[in-house]
Amino acid sequence: MEFETVIGLEVHAQLKTKSKIFCGCTTAFGNPPNTNTCPVCLGMPGVLPVLNKTVVEYAMKMALATNCAIGPMNQFARKNYFYPDLPKGYQISQFDLPIAEHGWVEVEAGGKTRRIGLTRIHMEEDAGKLIHDEREPKSYVDLNRTGVPLIEIVSEPDIRSPEEAAAYLRKLHAILRYLDICDGNMQEGSFRCDANISLRPVGQKEFGTRTELKNMNSFKNVQKALEFEVRRQRDRLLDGEKITQETLLWDADRNVTNAMRSKEEAHDYRYFPDPDLVPVVITEAWIEAIRATLPELPDDRKRRFVQQLGLPEDDAAVLTSSRELADYFEAAYARYPNAKKLGNWLMTELMRLMKGEEALDISQCPVTPENLAALLAMIDAGTISGKIAKTVFEEMMVSGKDPETVVKEKGLVQMSDQGEIMAIVKEIIAANPEQAQQFREGKTKVMGFFVGQLMKQTGGKANPGLANELFVKALGE
Amino acid sequence: MELHALTIHALQDLLAKGEISSLELTRSVLDRIDAVEDKVRAYITLDRNNALAQAEGADEQRKRGEGGSLCGIPLSIKDVLCTKGLRTTAGSKILEPFIPPYDATVIEKLRVEGAVILGKASMDEFAMGSANENCAYGVPKNPWNLAHVCGGSSGGSAASVAADECIASLGSDTGGSIRQPASHCGIVGIKPTYGRVSRFGLLAYASSLDQVGPLTKDVRDAAIMLKAISGYDPRDSTSVNQPVPDYTAALGADLNGLTIGIPKEYFGAGLDPEVEQAVRKGIGLLTEAGAKTVEISLPHTEYGVAAYYIIAPAEASSNLARYDGVRYGFRDHDQHELLEMYRHSRSQGFGEEVKRRIIIGTYALSSGYYDAYYKKASQVRTLIVQDYAKAFSQCDLLVSPVTPAPAWKIGEKIDDPLSVYLSDILTICTNLAGLPGMSVPCGMSSSGLPIGLQLQASHFAEEKIFRAAYALEQRLDLAGKKPM
Repeated sequence: MEFETVIGLEVHAQLKTKSKIFCGCTTAFGNPPNTNTCPVCLGMPGVLPVLNKTVVEYAMKMALATNCAIGPMNQFARKNYFYPDLPKGYQISQFDLPIAEHGWVEVEAGGKTRRIGLTRIHMEEDAGKLIHDEREPKSYVDLNRTGVPLIEIVSEPDIRSPEEAAAYLRKLHAILRYLDICDGNMQEGSFRCDANISLRPVGQKEFGTRTELKNMNSFKNVQKALEFEVRRQRDRLLDGEKITQETLLWDADRNVTNAMRSKEEAHDYRYFPDPDLVPVVITEAWIEAIRATLPELPDDRKRRFVQQLGLPEDDAAVLTSSRELADYFEAAYARYPNAKKLGNWLMTELMRLMKGEEALDISQCPVTPENLAALLAMIDAGTISGKIAKTVFEEMMVSGKDPETVVKEKGLVQMSDQGEIMAIVKEIIAANPEQAQQFREGKTKVMGFFVGQLMKQTGGKANPGLANELFVKALGE
Repeated sequence: MELHALTIHALQDLLAKGEISSLELTRSVLDRIDAVEDKVRAYITLDRNNALAQAEGADEQRKRGEGGSLCGIPLSIKDVLCTKGLRTTAGSKILEPFIPPYDATVIEKLRVEGAVILGKASMDEFAMGSANENCAYGVPKNPWNLAHVCGGSSGGSAASVAADECIASLGSDTGGSIRQPASHCGIVGIKPTYGRVSRFGLLAYASSLDQVGPLTKDVRDAAIMLKAISGYDPRDSTSVNQPVPDYTAALGADLNGLTIGIPKEYFGAGLDPEVEQAVRKGIGLLTEAGAKTVEISLPHTEYGVAAYYIIAPAEASSNLARYDGVRYGFRDHDQHELLEMYRHSRSQGFGEEVKRRIIIGTYALSSGYYDAYYKKASQVRTLIVQDYAKAFSQCDLLVSPVTPAPAWKIGEKIDDPLSVYLSDILTICTNLAGLPGMSVPCGMSSSGLPIGLQLQASHFAEEKIFRAAYALEQRLDLAGKKPM
């Protein structure tokens, strides 16, 4: 039997406001436990929340960037449950009146572009953290994160493969970063994802029984966990067994999912409107004012890269996948207007050295866009060879120096003096009469040998184009 | 008359003329407390030394020509308002060791005005009750008859004012908790418009209904106190940014041009004939002062109690979740498993009535019951708001009794919570609609217990209430009467 995979994702994105959502405490990460706190976020008796307006504006930005409708009024609600990381005994969230609904994003996966629906976006406060000491055994509570603003972005069950799920997450991540409202750090938990997944026989309309996956802290883990769950559910269904609706935790060390204890998920949250906060009224004028602040978003930028710069679709997709990378590309392009060549260099050399997702935060790169442009221009001018350029680039990545300085310091200027190279060419031919004879008999493959010898003797500095030409000339004499 | 028996405005005159000092006044009140507190039990915590220090500070301020509208006036504070450095229990064992590191906004405002804070007044635990019998620290008595309850939940506040154990007090009113004890103790109590006074630092019972207000010896004092504590507070999103008038300016000679509505539903079956008689007499005095009367109907009044006892416990069940033994307050240290620690700390820390309301509220919000209870109650609330809107298109004030009967005997209703709930019927709708309401004395029962008259007005129309209450007070001459 053929199955269709149905996935819906819930993403929690921490908003990078300076202060918390309902009090003035800093949102800074990494301070000593319980220092970013005040009576309000500690849930002391008698204190009251006051909404941080910037949180609303950031949520509006995300809503507009994902084609959501922003209602004229939204309302905070209390989600009630007991846990030591939740000082008030309830989380202030939104329930039946979220800030935004009915959006969509376009996602490219498996060679297809599909539109994934967004059910809603709502604002809420983060909980604290528990730190367990297994030896004592004792548990400690750190409430620094309590009250840090989050938006929860809930997708429709529109996603049809783990690959598409990862692409959807990357798209949301890129949009958040473009908007500069979330730092997107999955390891630190500022971008988190839970997944709902079920299978159904191809052609069937009703959804199958779903499971909920948690604890996936990278794009790769999300995809791997979903792939695992697709296999697990398919095996069970093929064996004629039923899927149990449950919450599963991804174990990234063992690459398996494990069921959470049912006790931990048996909640009736008893949502009701928070009487301490008045409904948030959003006027058309406010929406338009926020819309006016939106930057160019990934899809628009990609389109522009294709249409104006003539980049292939795939290259444009990669280069616009993060705002910093695209900014970097455009800064370099301003001085080196060969988009294809520049793009190739970025996607191969730079990403090879920055490794994977680090490349998304290219703003930390020691090589400035200006220096990269200068390096590429030196290749075009024949000052250095493409091969030498890679060596120069590696050095630039370490020292941050400009390419002229590196080339000068290391004496890597390309030998382009015909007479100088010709002298060495002649020496090589003279020293290798056998190969010279072979070449003359038509075995042109030995040219590789000759050029190799030349590079060996010149430390790779000989202009390779010139080298070929001079060997042909000399061997023909 | 001794100093502790005087009103704020009388004392202000004496203090301003330099005839007395705040220190003398505060000593007089503390002596009075020493003399009667054993019988009345109005206080949970007395802050004797600090009170004297504050009085000295006030006297120095006055010498420098500074000092606000309450400079040197000793007050009691309902133990539901956070006082920096002074234990705040809400009448509950669960907060027995709790010392707030901050002042409620209203306390800050009192301090700015130079008030002397004597201590924390008794109350029903977390303001849940109508007789102050639900308190972990003893039951205060009605100064007019020590065998009777003083009302609740601001019972300690009312008793301390009536027994001259303070000059005035602050209480809170969620369903009548200022007006009802004021009525039972023969003093003035006003619950302001929702949003008039900041709730920051008020330990929440039912956030959408709670409002802080004064309990005083006369109407003018209530006007002075309300002005001092009112105003927008950026720390309370539900407080309203509207100018605070000088309420004493509303106190005048007549009520010409004022129309008072008499809601027929407030004079129905179950109303004590003596109470009805006293209130009707009060209405007569108001018309003598120039007010016109008109009969009004508030048809949804009878559903008020039912709606209130869904909404208030629902909010309370959530508001009281923070008292979990994790960060402050009482914890059962013998428990070593999280759920057991929660269960035991809360079971031992909360009293019966609080647990009853947490359970009712939790049930009302549970999935599958929300629509039938909480949502329905919210709809009833809207109907009650509409009733009032219609009424106030025909009149300026609504006049009624505050309670169906004078204060009952201590212990009489302790096993009958339902009849206690029902006794709130005349005060509860004011809170559901967020309106201002006052209890002002209008007579005494044949057994010597006070009877109050209730004045309700539209949002932010407190001045009309003060105007009518003052006119009534002037014509009744009850102010001089003392219980003990």
